[in-house]
Amino acid sequence: METPLIEFRNVVKGFGDRTILQGVDLKIYRGQITTLIGKSGTGKSVLLKHIIGLLTPDSGSILFDGKPIENMTKKELNDYRSRISYMFQSNALFDSMTVFENIALPLEQTTRMRKKEIKTKVMSRINQMELHEVVHKYPSELSGGMQKRVALARALVTDPEIVLFDEPTTGQDPIRRNSILTMIAQYKKKFGFTAILISHDIPDMFFISDRIILLWDGKIAFQGTYEESTSLDHPMIDEFLASLEGFQDELTGLLSKQAFRTRYDSILRRKQKEKTFAAILFKLELDHMCEIMGSELAFQSLRSLGEYISKQMDSKGGFSARQSTEQILTILPYTGMEEAQNMLNDFAQGLNRLLVCNNQAGSTDDGEHEVCGFEINVYAGVTESKSNEEIEKIIIKARAVENIIAQYRCESRRELEREKV
Amino acid sequence: MKTTGQNSTLMSPFNYIGRQALIAVNSLGASAIFFYKSFEMIFRSKQITEILKQVYHIGAKSANIVMLVGLFTGMVLGLQLYYALVKLGSEGILGSVLALSLFRELGPVLTAIMVTARAGSSMTAEIGILRITDQIDALHTMRINPLRYLVSPRIAASIISFPLLTAFFNLIGIIGGYLTGVLLLGVNSGAYFHRIQSSLELSDITGGIVKSLIFGALVSTICCFQGYFTHMREESSGARSVSISTTTAVVLSCVLILISDYVVTSFYI
Repeated sequence: METPLIEFRNVVKGFGDRTILQGVDLKIYRGQITTLIGKSGTGKSVLLKHIIGLLTPDSGSILFDGKPIENMTKKELNDYRSRISYMFQSNALFDSMTVFENIALPLEQTTRMRKKEIKTKVMSRINQMELHEVVHKYPSELSGGMQKRVALARALVTDPEIVLFDEPTTGQDPIRRNSILTMIAQYKKKFGFTAILISHDIPDMFFISDRIILLWDGKIAFQGTYEESTSLDHPMIDEFLASLEGFQDELTGLLSKQAFRTRYDSILRRKQKEKTFAAILFKLELDHMCEIMGSELAFQSLRSLGEYISKQMDSKGGFSARQSTEQILTILPYTGMEEAQNMLNDFAQGLNRLLVCNNQAGSTDDGEHEVCGFEINVYAGVTESKSNEEIEKIIIKARAVENIIAQYRCESRRELEREKV
Repeated sequence: MKTTGQNSTLMSPFNYIGRQALIAVNSLGASAIFFYKSFEMIFRSKQITEILKQVYHIGAKSANIVMLVGLFTGMVLGLQLYYALVKLGSEGILGSVLALSLFRELGPVLTAIMVTARAGSSMTAEIGILRITDQIDALHTMRINPLRYLVSPRIAASIISFPLLTAFFNLIGIIGGYLTGVLLLGVNSGAYFHRIQSSLELSDITGGIVKSLIFGALVSTICCFQGYFTHMREESSGARSVSISTTTAVVLSCVLILISDYVVTSFYI
């Protein structure tokens, strides 16, 4: 079996009379996004601070690549710490330094890079994070979301192997929250780091997490995938999942993944009689969209799509939820295949009309669309399912038949003028 | 049980004194280690820029206030000493009394107290705020040793700046004494300067410099130490703890300047 990158063995930590971690055992694997969840004040940040060495355990040990940290030589420890970055809950930006100086500091102080090299590297991170407008501003002059991005840029500038995110999305609006989480997922894909994050933002963080660790009363109540967590019969997990039931996906206004599953089970799976129904899977190419139009606009589009789906499908008795960052599944329990196909056609026509209107309205904006010249496609696939089928299987079936149902072309002004001529 | 109760009442002042003594000894030990660790990092690479920045903040920016205080100290000494010496008929030695008191005592002590008030308090407040807003932890996570990055340059800059500022203070003090003693009260100008030159010995000057070096190390260590461990204060937290740390740093620095002044003087005489 794969050696965990980081392993906690019976770690105990207390402050004064209070024992925060009461024998924590956990494993974090290379290249995965592991999310740490749990109530406030259960010691999630304390746990994270043990990994980077800001705190040391009272007893127990922490292993990195199978080697206990406490037995490492000074050089090994330095090497270990050089592989980790930490993004603080409060961002912890240096408030007397500009954005540029903040991001450059770790390179200036811990590497032998020349000034010019540092500048190139910092500027590339600044551009990736869309921070070029605020390079010379101080953190206090930035919005909360921008401060987060500066903190993220600073955490990633040293090309770390492990990045620890302490509540990166707390206090952000749904669009910004999803944008930050997607950014983490994208960078993880791009740079291949291992991410460990603390998040309260359920369900958003489920979409990007490979593994979930639940900290409860100072111990690990569960560690595994989201799917494993739902099937586990554990009173703490039940309590935790029950607390998610009421959650709505704030970004799209649709059901949360958990609430969707519960409704699916109660309406279709628990029925004695087998029933056939239609399901539609909608998809946006979010990664591509983030690249061409920025993550904020991309998530606004996803939100609009979610709202439109809700408006069109809920009235027909359907219910929908995001199944991954960019996929929305709609179950139509009282609709047959043919009717669903017709519904989708109507939906597509309506959506196309809407997009054309938007495009025309957008093209009158001065200068704003000079950078245009791209296409956004909305994909959808409709499939027939039986009530005993797993949701994952429905998604696979729908993906196999998906097509472009609507397209948004953002044409540059020059192209529009050419068309007019 | 009653006896035990009485015993504990009787013993409580001793318990209190014992506890306070232990805390004092602990803090003293911790400060010494803090100073040693920071001092050895002064000579690491990449320190020179930070040290120069701090010399500017602690030294150059304090020069005006130090010179102003020096001028008025010299002027008031000129007045007071003249009236005292005139009673003995020896106003001619005004220059030597004024210079000796300035070089040996007032220069180093008043400069140190002024710089503590101006730069020492800002050191504590700045480092304290960095501490309570997680910025020191952030330095740790980036493998930047906060002692090297924040404390060492301040200690080095203080050790460099204090003697220079003391020299400024002494010079301006002599000019202040000249203004009142010579120009206002009519002491002979030649006698004033001749007395200064003839009475001042090298040991007076080096004694003053040694004092200012010690004060520099002392003030910067205390002020940085108080700021650095702001979060460990049990009686308060957050902004309040920064304010208490700053007050403690200034009071403690001033008291220790005077105590160490006595100790050093007793060695030099």
